[in-house]
Amino acid sequence: MAENTNSPTSIPDNTSSPTTRILGWVTLAGLALLVIFAFFVSPEDSRQTADGTIIGQFDAVRLLYIHVPSAVFAYVSFSITGLGSIIYLWRRTRWWDHVAHASAEIGVIFCGITLLTGIIWGRPVWNTWWEWGDVRLVTTLLLFLIFVGYLAFRAVPNEPHRQARNASILAIVGALNIPVVNRSVEWWENRTLHQRSTLADLKIEDETLLTLMIGFAVFALLFLWLLVHRFRVAWLSKEAAEAGLEQALAERRAEASSSSGAEVSGSSRAEASSSVEARS
Amino acid sequence: MIAPLRAVALIAGKDLRIELRSRVVFNHVLPFAVLVLILFGFALDADSDALSSFAPGLFWVAVLLAALLAIGRSFALERADGALDSFRLANISPVAVFAGKALAVFVQLLVLEVVLGIGIVVFYGASLEKPGLLVVAGVLAAAGIASAGTLYGVVASQLAVRETILPLLLLPVLAPVLIGATRAFGDAFGTVAVNGWSWLGLLGAFALVYTTFGALVFGPLLEEG
Repeated sequence: MAENTNSPTSIPDNTSSPTTRILGWVTLAGLALLVIFAFFVSPEDSRQTADGTIIGQFDAVRLLYIHVPSAVFAYVSFSITGLGSIIYLWRRTRWWDHVAHASAEIGVIFCGITLLTGIIWGRPVWNTWWEWGDVRLVTTLLLFLIFVGYLAFRAVPNEPHRQARNASILAIVGALNIPVVNRSVEWWENRTLHQRSTLADLKIEDETLLTLMIGFAVFALLFLWLLVHRFRVAWLSKEAAEAGLEQALAERRAEASSSSGAEVSGSSRAEASSSVEARS
Repeated sequence: MIAPLRAVALIAGKDLRIELRSRVVFNHVLPFAVLVLILFGFALDADSDALSSFAPGLFWVAVLLAALLAIGRSFALERADGALDSFRLANISPVAVFAGKALAVFVQLLVLEVVLGIGIVVFYGASLEKPGLLVVAGVLAAAGIASAGTLYGVVASQLAVRETILPLLLLPVLAPVLIGATRAFGDAFGTVAVNGWSWLGLLGAFALVYTTFGALVFGPLLEEG
Protein backbone atom coordinates (compact mmCIF):
# COMPACT_ATOMS: atom_id res chain seq x y z
CA MET A 1 0.00 0.00 0.00
CA ALA A 2 2.85 2.36 0.87
CA GLU A 3 4.31 2.30 -2.69
CA ASN A 4 0.86 3.00 -4.12
CA THR A 5 0.68 6.32 -2.30
CA ASN A 6 3.91 7.32 -4.04
CA SER A 7 2.55 6.63 -7.54
CA PRO A 8 2.16 10.31 -8.60
CA THR A 9 5.95 10.70 -8.38
CA SER A 10 6.34 8.08 -11.14
CA ILE A 11 4.63 10.54 -13.53
CA PRO A 12 7.28 12.70 -15.22
CA ASP A 13 7.18 16.38 -14.31
CA ASN A 14 7.76 17.68 -17.86
CA THR A 15 6.79 16.75 -21.38
CA SER A 16 10.13 16.82 -23.15
CA SER A 17 12.25 13.95 -24.38
CA PRO A 18 15.63 14.01 -26.18
CA THR A 19 13.87 13.77 -29.57
CA THR A 20 11.41 16.60 -28.91
CA ARG A 21 14.20 18.74 -27.48
CA ILE A 22 16.10 18.42 -30.78
CA LEU A 23 12.86 19.03 -32.67
CA GLY A 24 12.27 22.13 -30.57
CA TRP A 25 15.71 23.57 -31.28
CA VAL A 26 15.40 22.84 -35.00
CA THR A 27 11.99 24.56 -35.02
CA LEU A 28 13.40 27.58 -33.22
CA ALA A 29 16.30 27.81 -35.66
CA GLY A 30 13.83 27.42 -38.54
CA LEU A 31 11.71 30.29 -37.19
CA ALA A 32 14.82 32.49 -37.03
CA LEU A 33 15.67 31.51 -40.60
CA LEU A 34 12.11 32.30 -41.68
CA VAL A 35 12.33 35.77 -40.11
CA ILE A 36 15.63 36.45 -41.94
CA PHE A 37 14.22 35.26 -45.28
CA ALA A 38 10.88 36.99 -44.83
CA PHE A 39 12.31 40.38 -43.88
CA PHE A 40 15.73 40.57 -45.55
CA VAL A 41 16.28 38.00 -48.30
CA SER A 42 12.93 38.03 -50.12
CA PRO A 43 12.07 41.16 -52.13
CA GLU A 44 8.99 43.32 -51.70
CA ASP A 45 6.19 42.67 -54.15
CA SER A 46 6.02 45.28 -56.91
CA ARG A 47 5.85 45.34 -60.66
CA GLN A 48 5.53 47.95 -63.32
CA THR A 49 2.49 48.13 -65.55
CA ALA A 50 2.58 49.13 -69.22
CA ASP A 51 1.91 52.79 -68.45
CA GLY A 52 4.74 52.97 -65.93
CA THR A 53 2.85 52.89 -62.63
CA ILE A 54 4.24 50.59 -59.99
CA ILE A 55 1.71 48.24 -58.41
CA GLY A 56 1.92 45.33 -55.98
CA GLN A 57 1.59 44.31 -52.35
CA PHE A 58 4.96 45.88 -51.40
CA ASP A 59 6.03 44.98 -47.85
CA ALA A 60 2.63 43.48 -47.02
CA VAL A 61 3.63 40.40 -49.00
CA ARG A 62 5.89 39.43 -46.09
CA LEU A 63 2.83 38.63 -43.98
CA LEU A 64 1.97 35.81 -46.36
CA TYR A 65 4.97 33.77 -45.19
CA ILE A 66 3.09 33.32 -41.93
CA HIS A 67 -0.47 33.64 -43.22
CA VAL A 68 -0.39 30.88 -45.85
CA PRO A 69 1.47 28.19 -43.84
CA SER A 70 -0.65 28.83 -40.72
CA ALA A 71 -3.84 28.59 -42.81
CA VAL A 72 -2.71 25.31 -44.35
CA PHE A 73 -1.74 23.83 -40.98
CA ALA A 74 -4.95 25.07 -39.34
CA TYR A 75 -6.87 22.99 -41.89
CA VAL A 76 -4.44 20.09 -41.36
CA SER A 77 -5.04 20.31 -37.58
CA PHE A 78 -8.82 20.27 -37.92
CA SER A 79 -8.59 17.35 -40.35
CA ILE A 80 -6.54 15.42 -37.80
CA THR A 81 -9.13 16.31 -35.15
CA GLY A 82 -11.89 14.97 -37.40
CA LEU A 83 -9.92 11.82 -38.18
CA GLY A 84 -8.95 11.25 -34.53
CA SER A 85 -12.60 11.68 -33.51
CA ILE A 86 -13.77 9.09 -36.04
CA ILE A 87 -11.11 6.62 -34.89
CA TYR A 88 -12.00 7.32 -31.24
CA LEU A 89 -15.68 6.53 -31.84
CA TRP A 90 -14.69 3.39 -33.68
CA ARG A 91 -11.95 2.01 -31.41
CA ARG A 92 -12.70 3.86 -28.14
CA THR A 93 -9.04 4.39 -27.31
CA ARG A 94 -8.21 7.48 -25.27
CA TRP A 95 -5.01 7.90 -27.29
CA TRP A 96 -6.96 9.11 -30.35
CA ASP A 97 -9.15 11.34 -28.24
CA HIS A 98 -6.07 13.11 -26.90
CA VAL A 99 -4.72 13.48 -30.45
CA ALA A 100 -8.04 15.03 -31.56
CA HIS A 101 -8.09 17.42 -28.60
CA ALA A 102 -4.44 18.46 -28.94
CA SER A 103 -4.76 18.99 -32.67
CA ALA A 104 -7.92 21.13 -32.29
CA GLU A 105 -6.18 23.40 -29.81
CA ILE A 106 -3.27 23.99 -32.19
CA GLY A 107 -5.72 24.39 -35.07
CA VAL A 108 -7.58 27.17 -33.24
CA ILE A 109 -4.30 29.01 -32.58
CA PHE A 110 -3.13 28.65 -36.19
CA CYS A 111 -6.59 29.63 -37.44
CA GLY A 112 -6.49 32.71 -35.20
CA ILE A 113 -3.05 33.64 -36.59
CA THR A 114 -4.41 33.16 -40.12
CA LEU A 115 -7.38 35.46 -39.50
CA LEU A 116 -5.30 38.08 -37.71
CA THR A 117 -2.53 38.22 -40.34
CA GLY A 118 -5.18 38.17 -43.09
CA ILE A 119 -6.99 41.14 -41.55
CA ILE A 120 -3.76 43.12 -41.20
CA TRP A 121 -2.71 42.20 -44.76
CA GLY A 122 -6.15 43.10 -46.16
CA ARG A 123 -5.95 46.71 -45.00
CA PRO A 124 -3.10 47.84 -47.32
CA VAL A 125 -3.74 45.37 -50.15
CA TRP A 126 -7.53 45.15 -50.41
CA ASN A 127 -8.04 48.51 -48.69
CA THR A 128 -10.35 46.91 -46.12
CA TRP A 129 -9.88 45.04 -42.84
CA TRP A 130 -12.68 42.65 -43.58
CA GLU A 131 -14.47 41.63 -46.75
CA TRP A 132 -17.84 39.91 -46.36
CA GLY A 133 -17.94 38.86 -49.98
CA ASP A 134 -14.87 36.68 -49.61
CA VAL A 135 -15.81 33.04 -49.24
CA ARG A 136 -12.60 31.75 -47.70
CA LEU A 137 -12.51 34.55 -45.13
CA VAL A 138 -16.05 33.98 -43.86
CA THR A 139 -15.73 30.18 -43.97
CA THR A 140 -12.47 30.28 -41.99
CA LEU A 141 -14.02 32.55 -39.36
CA LEU A 142 -16.95 30.17 -38.90
CA LEU A 143 -14.57 27.19 -38.77
CA PHE A 144 -12.62 29.05 -36.09
CA LEU A 145 -15.78 29.68 -34.05
CA ILE A 146 -16.99 26.08 -34.40
CA PHE A 147 -13.71 24.81 -32.96
CA VAL A 148 -13.65 27.51 -30.27
CA GLY A 149 -17.00 25.97 -29.26
CA TYR A 150 -15.45 22.49 -29.37
CA LEU A 151 -12.63 23.59 -27.05
CA ALA A 152 -15.10 25.34 -24.74
CA PHE A 153 -17.05 22.09 -24.56
CA ARG A 154 -13.89 20.16 -23.73
CA ALA A 155 -12.97 22.65 -21.01
CA VAL A 156 -16.15 21.90 -19.04
CA PRO A 157 -15.57 19.14 -16.47
CA ASN A 158 -17.45 16.00 -17.44
CA GLU A 159 -17.21 12.25 -17.06
CA PRO A 160 -14.11 11.46 -19.23
CA HIS A 161 -15.62 8.89 -21.59
CA ARG A 162 -18.83 10.82 -22.09
CA GLN A 163 -16.84 13.98 -22.76
CA ALA A 164 -14.59 12.23 -25.24
CA ARG A 165 -17.53 10.68 -27.07
CA ASN A 166 -19.63 13.86 -27.24
CA ALA A 167 -16.61 15.96 -28.22
CA SER A 168 -15.86 13.50 -31.04
CA ILE A 169 -19.42 13.85 -32.31
CA LEU A 170 -19.17 17.65 -32.12
CA ALA A 171 -15.89 17.62 -34.05
CA ILE A 172 -17.27 15.39 -36.80
CA VAL A 173 -20.49 17.41 -37.17
CA GLY A 174 -18.43 20.63 -37.14
CA ALA A 175 -16.08 19.32 -39.82
CA LEU A 176 -18.97 18.06 -41.97
CA ASN A 177 -20.58 21.47 -41.73
CA ILE A 178 -17.61 23.23 -43.35
CA PRO A 179 -18.42 22.32 -46.99
CA VAL A 180 -22.04 23.44 -46.36
CA VAL A 181 -20.85 26.76 -44.91
CA ASN A 182 -18.42 27.19 -47.81
CA ARG A 183 -21.11 26.54 -50.43
CA SER A 184 -23.66 28.79 -48.78
CA VAL A 185 -21.24 31.71 -48.44
CA GLU A 186 -20.15 31.18 -52.04
CA TRP A 187 -23.73 31.35 -53.32
CA TRP A 188 -24.44 34.21 -50.93
CA GLU A 189 -22.13 36.73 -52.57
CA ASN A 190 -20.82 34.77 -55.52
CA ARG A 191 -17.66 36.79 -55.69
CA THR A 192 -14.26 36.42 -54.14
CA LEU A 193 -11.36 38.75 -53.63
CA HIS A 194 -9.02 36.06 -52.45
CA GLN A 195 -5.78 35.53 -54.24
CA ARG A 196 -6.00 32.45 -56.37
CA SER A 197 -3.20 30.09 -55.55
CA THR A 198 -0.20 31.30 -57.50
CA LEU A 199 1.98 28.36 -56.45
CA ALA A 200 0.90 25.99 -59.19
CA ASP A 201 1.90 28.15 -62.16
CA LEU A 202 5.02 29.44 -60.37
CA LYS A 203 4.15 33.06 -61.04
CA ILE A 204 5.77 34.17 -57.81
CA GLU A 205 9.47 34.85 -57.88
CA ASP A 206 12.30 32.64 -56.72
CA GLU A 207 13.13 34.12 -53.31
CA THR A 208 9.44 34.59 -52.54
CA LEU A 209 8.71 30.97 -53.38
CA LEU A 210 11.74 29.78 -51.41
CA THR A 211 10.69 31.81 -48.36
CA LEU A 212 7.16 30.44 -48.59
CA MET A 213 8.56 26.90 -48.75
CA ILE A 214 10.69 27.60 -45.66
CA GLY A 215 7.49 28.87 -44.01
CA PHE A 216 5.69 25.60 -44.79
CA ALA A 217 8.59 23.50 -43.47
CA VAL A 218 8.92 25.54 -40.27
CA PHE A 219 5.19 25.44 -39.61
CA ALA A 220 5.19 21.69 -40.16
CA LEU A 221 7.93 21.32 -37.51
CA LEU A 222 6.16 23.76 -35.18
CA PHE A 223 2.88 21.89 -35.59
CA LEU A 224 4.56 18.55 -34.86
CA TRP A 225 6.39 19.91 -31.82
CA LEU A 226 3.25 21.51 -30.37
CA LEU A 227 1.18 18.39 -31.08
CA VAL A 228 3.59 16.07 -29.30
CA HIS A 229 3.81 18.29 -26.23
CA ARG A 230 0.10 19.03 -26.05
CA PHE A 231 -0.63 15.33 -26.42
CA ARG A 232 1.76 14.50 -23.58
CA VAL A 233 0.14 17.12 -21.33
CA ALA A 234 -3.28 15.57 -22.01
CA TRP A 235 -1.93 12.10 -21.37
CA LEU A 236 -0.23 13.14 -18.11
CA SER A 237 -3.32 14.89 -16.82
CA LYS A 238 -5.30 11.71 -17.47
CA GLU A 239 -2.64 9.66 -15.66
CA ALA A 240 -2.61 12.12 -12.78
CA ALA A 241 -6.40 11.97 -12.46
CA GLU A 242 -6.32 8.16 -12.41
CA ALA A 243 -3.38 8.04 -9.98
CA GLY A 244 -5.19 10.47 -7.69
CA LEU A 245 -8.20 8.17 -7.57
CA GLU A 246 -6.07 5.10 -6.90
CA GLN A 247 -4.24 6.91 -4.15
CA ALA A 248 -7.48 7.97 -2.47
CA LEU A 249 -8.74 4.39 -2.68
CA ALA A 250 -5.50 3.08 -1.18
CA GLU A 251 -5.73 5.53 1.69
CA ARG A 252 -9.32 4.50 2.38
CA ARG A 253 -8.31 0.84 2.44
CA ALA A 254 -5.37 1.55 4.73
CA GLU A 255 -7.69 3.42 7.01
CA ALA A 256 -10.21 0.56 7.05
CA SER A 257 -7.55 -2.07 7.84
CA SER A 258 -5.96 0.00 10.60
CA SER A 259 -9.30 0.83 12.23
CA SER A 260 -10.23 -2.88 12.28
CA GLY A 261 -6.99 -3.66 14.20
CA ALA A 262 -6.90 -0.82 16.68
CA GLU A 263 -9.03 2.17 17.57
CA VAL A 264 -8.20 5.08 15.27
CA SER A 265 -8.12 8.41 16.97
CA GLY A 266 -10.55 11.02 15.65
CA SER A 267 -7.75 13.43 14.77
CA SER A 268 -5.84 11.04 12.47
CA ARG A 269 -9.05 10.13 10.66
CA ALA A 270 -9.76 13.82 10.09
CA GLU A 271 -6.21 14.28 8.81
CA ALA A 272 -6.56 11.42 6.33
CA SER A 273 -9.83 12.73 4.93
CA SER A 274 -8.53 16.29 4.68
CA SER A 275 -5.45 15.12 2.77
CA VAL A 276 -7.71 13.33 0.27
CA GLU A 277 -9.81 16.45 -0.11
CA ALA A 278 -6.76 18.59 -0.66
CA ARG A 279 -5.61 16.29 -3.45
CA SER A 280 -8.97 16.09 -5.17
CA MET B 1 -41.82 -1.86 -27.25
CA ILE B 2 -43.84 1.04 -28.61
CA ALA B 3 -43.94 1.36 -32.39
CA PRO B 4 -41.42 4.05 -33.42
CA LEU B 5 -43.90 6.37 -35.13
CA ARG B 6 -46.25 6.17 -32.18
CA ALA B 7 -43.34 6.94 -29.85
CA VAL B 8 -42.49 10.02 -31.92
CA ALA B 9 -46.09 11.22 -31.73
CA LEU B 10 -46.25 10.52 -27.98
CA ILE B 11 -43.04 12.43 -27.22
CA ALA B 12 -43.90 15.39 -29.44
CA GLY B 13 -47.45 15.37 -28.03
CA LYS B 14 -46.12 15.29 -24.47
CA ASP B 15 -43.82 18.28 -25.10
CA LEU B 16 -46.58 20.27 -26.79
CA ARG B 17 -49.07 19.40 -24.04
CA ILE B 18 -46.61 20.59 -21.40
CA GLU B 19 -46.21 23.79 -23.41
CA LEU B 20 -49.98 24.28 -23.69
CA ARG B 21 -50.32 23.92 -19.92
CA SER B 22 -47.19 25.76 -18.76
CA ARG B 23 -47.14 28.34 -21.61
CA VAL B 24 -43.42 28.98 -21.08
CA VAL B 25 -42.58 29.42 -24.78
CA PHE B 26 -45.81 31.34 -25.37
CA ASN B 27 -45.45 33.60 -22.33
CA HIS B 28 -41.66 34.08 -22.28
CA VAL B 29 -40.02 33.19 -25.60
CA LEU B 30 -42.60 34.65 -27.97
CA PRO B 31 -42.70 38.10 -26.32
CA PHE B 32 -38.90 37.99 -26.18
CA ALA B 33 -38.74 37.42 -29.95
CA VAL B 34 -41.09 40.36 -30.56
CA LEU B 35 -38.95 42.42 -28.21
CA VAL B 36 -35.90 41.61 -30.37
CA LEU B 37 -37.77 43.07 -33.38
CA ILE B 38 -38.46 46.24 -31.35
CA LEU B 39 -34.78 46.46 -30.32
CA PHE B 40 -33.73 46.29 -33.99
CA GLY B 41 -36.11 49.18 -34.58
CA PHE B 42 -34.32 51.25 -31.94
CA ALA B 43 -30.87 50.11 -33.13
CA LEU B 44 -31.59 51.12 -36.73
CA ASP B 45 -32.98 54.46 -35.56
CA ALA B 46 -36.49 53.62 -36.75
CA ASP B 47 -35.34 54.25 -40.33
CA SER B 48 -38.29 52.73 -42.18
CA ASP B 49 -36.36 52.21 -45.43
CA ALA B 50 -33.55 50.36 -43.68
CA LEU B 51 -35.98 48.33 -41.57
CA SER B 52 -38.07 47.18 -44.52
CA SER B 53 -35.03 46.30 -46.64
CA PHE B 54 -33.34 44.39 -43.80
CA ALA B 55 -36.58 42.85 -42.53
CA PRO B 56 -35.80 39.29 -43.75
CA GLY B 57 -32.42 39.14 -42.00
CA LEU B 58 -33.71 40.74 -38.80
CA PHE B 59 -36.61 38.27 -38.81
CA TRP B 60 -34.24 35.28 -38.96
CA VAL B 61 -31.90 36.65 -36.29
CA ALA B 62 -34.94 37.02 -34.02
CA VAL B 63 -35.99 33.44 -34.87
CA LEU B 64 -32.50 32.09 -34.07
CA LEU B 65 -32.31 33.88 -30.72
CA ALA B 66 -35.78 32.68 -29.74
CA ALA B 67 -34.95 29.16 -30.99
CA LEU B 68 -32.03 28.99 -28.53
CA LEU B 69 -34.48 29.56 -25.68
CA ALA B 70 -37.03 27.11 -27.08
CA ILE B 71 -34.36 24.39 -27.43
CA GLY B 72 -33.09 25.04 -23.91
CA ARG B 73 -36.67 24.75 -22.65
CA SER B 74 -37.17 21.50 -24.58
CA PHE B 75 -34.35 19.85 -22.62
CA ALA B 76 -35.16 21.56 -19.32
CA LEU B 77 -38.37 19.48 -19.47
CA GLU B 78 -36.32 16.28 -19.43
CA ARG B 79 -33.93 17.24 -16.67
CA ALA B 80 -36.19 16.46 -13.72
CA ASP B 81 -36.16 12.87 -12.45
CA GLY B 82 -33.69 11.72 -15.13
CA ALA B 83 -36.46 11.71 -17.74
CA LEU B 84 -34.04 11.05 -20.61
CA ASP B 85 -32.91 7.84 -18.89
CA SER B 86 -36.55 6.88 -18.46
CA PHE B 87 -36.94 6.89 -22.25
CA ARG B 88 -34.19 4.30 -22.43
CA LEU B 89 -35.74 2.28 -19.60
CA ALA B 90 -39.06 2.37 -21.44
CA ASN B 91 -37.26 0.83 -24.43
CA ILE B 92 -38.09 3.74 -26.71
CA SER B 93 -35.64 4.00 -29.59
CA PRO B 94 -33.31 7.03 -29.41
CA VAL B 95 -34.25 7.86 -33.00
CA ALA B 96 -37.86 8.27 -31.86
CA VAL B 97 -36.78 10.45 -28.91
CA PHE B 98 -34.78 12.66 -31.28
CA ALA B 99 -37.60 12.89 -33.82
CA GLY B 100 -40.23 13.56 -31.15
CA LYS B 101 -38.24 16.31 -29.43
CA ALA B 102 -37.30 17.89 -32.78
CA LEU B 103 -40.92 17.73 -34.00
CA ALA B 104 -42.19 19.59 -30.93
CA VAL B 105 -39.52 22.29 -31.34
CA PHE B 106 -40.37 22.49 -35.07
CA VAL B 107 -44.07 23.13 -34.32
CA GLN B 108 -43.19 25.85 -31.78
CA LEU B 109 -40.80 27.48 -34.27
CA LEU B 110 -43.56 27.60 -36.90
CA VAL B 111 -45.82 29.46 -34.45
CA LEU B 112 -42.95 31.82 -33.64
CA GLU B 113 -42.34 32.46 -37.34
CA VAL B 114 -46.01 33.32 -37.94
CA VAL B 115 -46.04 35.85 -35.10
CA LEU B 116 -42.68 37.36 -36.13
CA GLY B 117 -43.82 37.44 -39.76
CA ILE B 118 -46.80 39.57 -38.74
CA GLY B 119 -44.33 41.58 -36.64
CA ILE B 120 -42.08 42.53 -39.57
CA VAL B 121 -45.09 43.49 -41.70
CA VAL B 122 -46.47 45.70 -38.93
CA PHE B 123 -43.28 47.19 -37.47
CA TYR B 124 -40.95 47.22 -40.49
CA GLY B 125 -43.49 47.75 -43.26
CA ALA B 126 -42.35 44.65 -45.18
CA SER B 127 -44.68 43.76 -48.03
CA LEU B 128 -45.13 40.14 -49.03
CA GLU B 129 -44.81 39.34 -52.73
CA LYS B 130 -44.35 35.57 -52.90
CA PRO B 131 -46.32 33.80 -50.14
CA GLY B 132 -45.57 30.30 -51.50
CA LEU B 133 -41.81 30.83 -51.30
CA LEU B 134 -42.21 32.31 -47.82
CA VAL B 135 -44.08 29.26 -46.51
CA VAL B 136 -41.73 26.66 -48.02
CA ALA B 137 -38.59 28.52 -46.86
CA GLY B 138 -40.07 29.03 -43.38
CA VAL B 139 -40.91 25.33 -43.03
CA LEU B 140 -37.54 24.05 -44.34
CA ALA B 141 -35.53 26.48 -42.19
CA ALA B 142 -37.57 25.59 -39.10
CA ALA B 143 -36.91 21.89 -39.78
CA GLY B 144 -33.16 22.54 -40.04
CA ILE B 145 -33.05 24.66 -36.88
CA ALA B 146 -35.17 22.13 -34.95
CA SER B 147 -33.04 19.11 -35.87
CA ALA B 148 -29.64 20.78 -35.44
CA GLY B 149 -30.94 22.43 -32.26
CA THR B 150 -32.11 19.11 -30.81
CA LEU B 151 -28.77 17.50 -31.58
CA TYR B 152 -26.76 20.29 -29.92
CA GLY B 153 -29.41 20.77 -27.24
CA VAL B 154 -28.93 17.28 -25.83
CA VAL B 155 -25.12 17.69 -25.82
CA ALA B 156 -25.40 21.00 -23.93
CA SER B 157 -28.14 19.76 -21.58
CA GLN B 158 -25.73 17.32 -19.92
CA LEU B 159 -23.50 20.17 -18.74
CA ALA B 160 -23.91 22.57 -15.83
CA VAL B 161 -23.06 25.45 -18.21
CA ARG B 162 -25.79 24.51 -20.71
CA GLU B 163 -27.28 28.01 -21.11
CA THR B 164 -24.00 29.70 -22.00
CA ILE B 165 -22.51 26.98 -24.20
CA LEU B 166 -25.53 26.21 -26.41
CA PRO B 167 -25.38 29.50 -28.41
CA LEU B 168 -21.64 29.08 -29.01
CA LEU B 169 -22.05 25.52 -30.25
CA LEU B 170 -25.21 26.01 -32.28
CA LEU B 171 -25.10 29.45 -33.92
CA PRO B 172 -21.97 28.96 -36.10
CA VAL B 173 -23.46 25.70 -37.35
CA LEU B 174 -26.75 27.44 -38.22
CA ALA B 175 -24.99 30.10 -40.33
CA PRO B 176 -25.99 28.42 -43.63
CA VAL B 177 -29.66 28.43 -42.52
CA LEU B 178 -29.47 32.13 -41.68
CA ILE B 179 -27.89 32.91 -45.07
CA GLY B 180 -30.26 30.72 -47.09
CA ALA B 181 -33.46 31.66 -45.28
CA THR B 182 -32.61 35.37 -45.39
CA ARG B 183 -32.02 35.16 -49.14
CA ALA B 184 -35.26 33.25 -49.74
CA PHE B 185 -37.25 35.70 -47.58
CA GLY B 186 -35.51 38.60 -49.30
CA ASP B 187 -36.97 37.38 -52.59
CA ALA B 188 -40.37 36.64 -51.00
CA PHE B 189 -40.53 40.19 -49.62
CA GLY B 190 -39.00 41.67 -52.76
CA THR B 191 -36.07 43.32 -50.95
CA VAL B 192 -33.27 41.66 -52.96
CA ALA B 193 -33.17 40.71 -56.61
CA VAL B 194 -32.28 37.04 -56.25
CA ASN B 195 -34.06 33.85 -57.13
CA GLY B 196 -35.21 32.78 -53.67
CA TRP B 197 -36.34 29.35 -54.85
CA SER B 198 -32.75 28.35 -55.59
CA TRP B 199 -31.96 28.69 -51.87
CA LEU B 200 -34.55 26.09 -50.88
CA GLY B 201 -32.17 23.33 -51.94
CA LEU B 202 -29.61 24.45 -49.36
CA LEU B 203 -32.26 24.74 -46.63
CA GLY B 204 -33.68 21.32 -47.53
CA ALA B 205 -30.23 19.71 -47.65
CA PHE B 206 -29.33 21.22 -44.27
CA ALA B 207 -32.54 19.91 -42.69
CA LEU B 208 -31.99 16.48 -44.24
CA VAL B 209 -28.33 16.23 -43.15
CA TYR B 210 -29.02 17.26 -39.56
CA THR B 211 -32.13 15.09 -39.23
CA THR B 212 -30.16 12.07 -40.48
CA PHE B 213 -27.11 12.86 -38.39
CA GLY B 214 -29.18 13.61 -35.28
CA ALA B 215 -31.04 10.32 -35.63
CA LEU B 216 -27.74 8.45 -36.05
CA VAL B 217 -25.89 9.89 -33.05
CA PHE B 218 -28.74 10.46 -30.60
CA GLY B 219 -28.45 6.93 -29.21
CA PRO B 220 -24.78 7.29 -28.20
CA LEU B 221 -25.48 10.80 -26.89
CA LEU B 222 -28.14 9.51 -24.48
CA GLU B 223 -25.89 6.78 -23.07
CA GLU B 224 -23.92 7.16 -19.88
CA GLY B 225 -20.15 7.31 -20.34
